[in-house]
Amino acid sequence: MSSIGTGYDLSASQFSPDGRVFQVEYAQKAVENSGTAIGLRGKDGVVFAVEKLVQSKLYEFGANKRIFTVDSHVGMAVAGLLADAKQIVETSRSECADYRSQYGSNIPLKYLNDRVSMFMHAYTLYSAVRPFGCSAIMGSYDPIEGPAMFVVDSSGVSHGYYGCAIGKAKQSAKTEMEKLNLANMSCRELVKEAARIIYLVHDELKDKAFELELSWVGEATGGRHERVPKEIFQEAEKFANSALEDDSESDSEDA
Amino acid sequence: MALSGMTSQMSMTPKFQHNFMGPDWLHAEHSTGTSIMAVEYDGGVIIGADSRTTTGAYIANRVTDKLTRISDSIYCCRSGSAADTQAIADIVAYHLEFLSLEQGEPPLVETAANIFRQLCYDYRDQLTAGIIVAGWDSRKGGQVYCIPVGGMLVRQPLSIGGSGSTYVYGYVDANYKDNMTREECKKFVTNSLALAMMRDGSSGGVVRLGAIDKTGIERFVFTGKDIPKFYEG
Repeated sequence: MSSIGTGYDLSASQFSPDGRVFQVEYAQKAVENSGTAIGLRGKDGVVFAVEKLVQSKLYEFGANKRIFTVDSHVGMAVAGLLADAKQIVETSRSECADYRSQYGSNIPLKYLNDRVSMFMHAYTLYSAVRPFGCSAIMGSYDPIEGPAMFVVDSSGVSHGYYGCAIGKAKQSAKTEMEKLNLANMSCRELVKEAARIIYLVHDELKDKAFELELSWVGEATGGRHERVPKEIFQEAEKFANSALEDDSESDSEDA
Repeated sequence: MALSGMTSQMSMTPKFQHNFMGPDWLHAEHSTGTSIMAVEYDGGVIIGADSRTTTGAYIANRVTDKLTRISDSIYCCRSGSAADTQAIADIVAYHLEFLSLEQGEPPLVETAANIFRQLCYDYRDQLTAGIIVAGWDSRKGGQVYCIPVGGMLVRQPLSIGGSGSTYVYGYVDANYKDNMTREECKKFVTNSLALAMMRDGSSGGVVRLGAIDKTGIERFVFTGKDIPKFYEG
C-alpha cells in the first residue's frame, strides 16, 4: 500500500499530498472484511438481511446480532467492527428518542440520516479520534411517505437507495439486486430474495459457518421494525437453498 | 392617600412617596380575557377570536389580533396573559422555522402543538396560557390541538377557549356537526364568537377569522353591524 511509511496515514486530521485521508480509507477496509449486509427497499417496506459470520463454534446461537431496532419504525443493519457499530446504534437511538420527546412523532428517516451522517463525519476531522470502522444501512416505513432507506459509511457520506449492500461481498450482492425490479416488489417477495442473495454471495470456502439474519419494516408489520417471523424465515431460507441448488444444477449442465 | 398628609416629623418618607398606586389598570397584567375557537373541516381549519385585551377593567386594546402566525399554514389562538402567550408563540415559531430549515419541508401541525405543550408544561407554574394550535399539513390535513392551562395536549375536531367559551358550550355542542363545509364552519365560528362576546364582559370588539387550507391562510374581519345578532329575539 502506497500510504504506508509516508507518514500521511497517522492521523485522521491530515491529508496526503494527493488529497486523500488514509485513516478513513483504512476504516473502510474494516468494513470490507465483515460479513455482508444488504437492504432492499420495495413498494411497501424495507427488508434487511445479514450474513453473520460465526467465528467460533463455542458461541451461543444468535450471539452478536447485527440487525438493530433503532426506533419502533427504524431498523439498522451494520457491517464492520461490531463495537463501533453499536456506538452508532446508540447514537441513533438517542436521536430518535430526543426527536420523539421534543416533537411527539416518529423521526423522519431523512432527518435521522442527516444526524447520524454528521456524527460519523465528525470522527474523520480530528487527530484525537479515529473514524468508525463500520457502515450502516438504515431503513424505515411511514404509512404516508412510504418506505425509505439510506446507507452511511465511515467517511460520513450517505445516500438513499432502493437496493444496497455493505461488507465483503457487496459487489456480487449489488449485481444480483440489479436483476430485480425492487421498486415494485412487496416485502414478502423481498424477504425471499434477500435470503437468496445472502446464501448466494456467501463464500463457503473462505468463511465456513454463518447465520442468516432477516428483519423488515413495512405494511406487513404495521410500520414497525421486527425480525421476520419464524415461518416466513424458514420459507425464505428454503427458497434460498433451492434456488442455489437449481443454480448449481444448471451450472453442471452447461459444463 | 392617607400618607400624603403626613408631617415630616412623623416620618422621613418624602411627601410624594405614597403607597397609592392608582387605578388597577395601571399595574394589573394585560390579559386576553378572551373568546377563541377553532374547527376542523375536510381540507382545512377555521380559527376565530374576539379582539379585546383588558388590563383589569380597562380595555387596553379593542382591535387585538389573537390569531398569531407560527408558520405559513400553522396559527395559534391565544388566551390568558398577553405577554406569556406572545412570548411562547415567538419561541415556537423560532423552533419550527429552524426545524423546517433542517428538514427542508414545512413543519407539521402536530410538531408545533408538541413544542407548545412542552413549553406550557415545563413552565406551568409561571405561565397563564391557554392556547389552541390549528393548521394544515400534507400528512393529516386540517388539525386542531388544544393546550389548556397546565400543559395538557389533546387533538379535537373542535375547540373553544378563553373566558367567553364558558357561555357558549351549550350553543357549540348543540350546533356542531361532523363534515361541515368551509362556509358552514365559518358561519358556525362567527355565530359562536358573537354569542360569547355578547355574554362575556372580557370579550368583545370585532370577530377575527382565519381559514387555513393547503393554499395557506385567508383572513376575515367582522365589525359592527356585520357581527351576527341571531340570538336576539
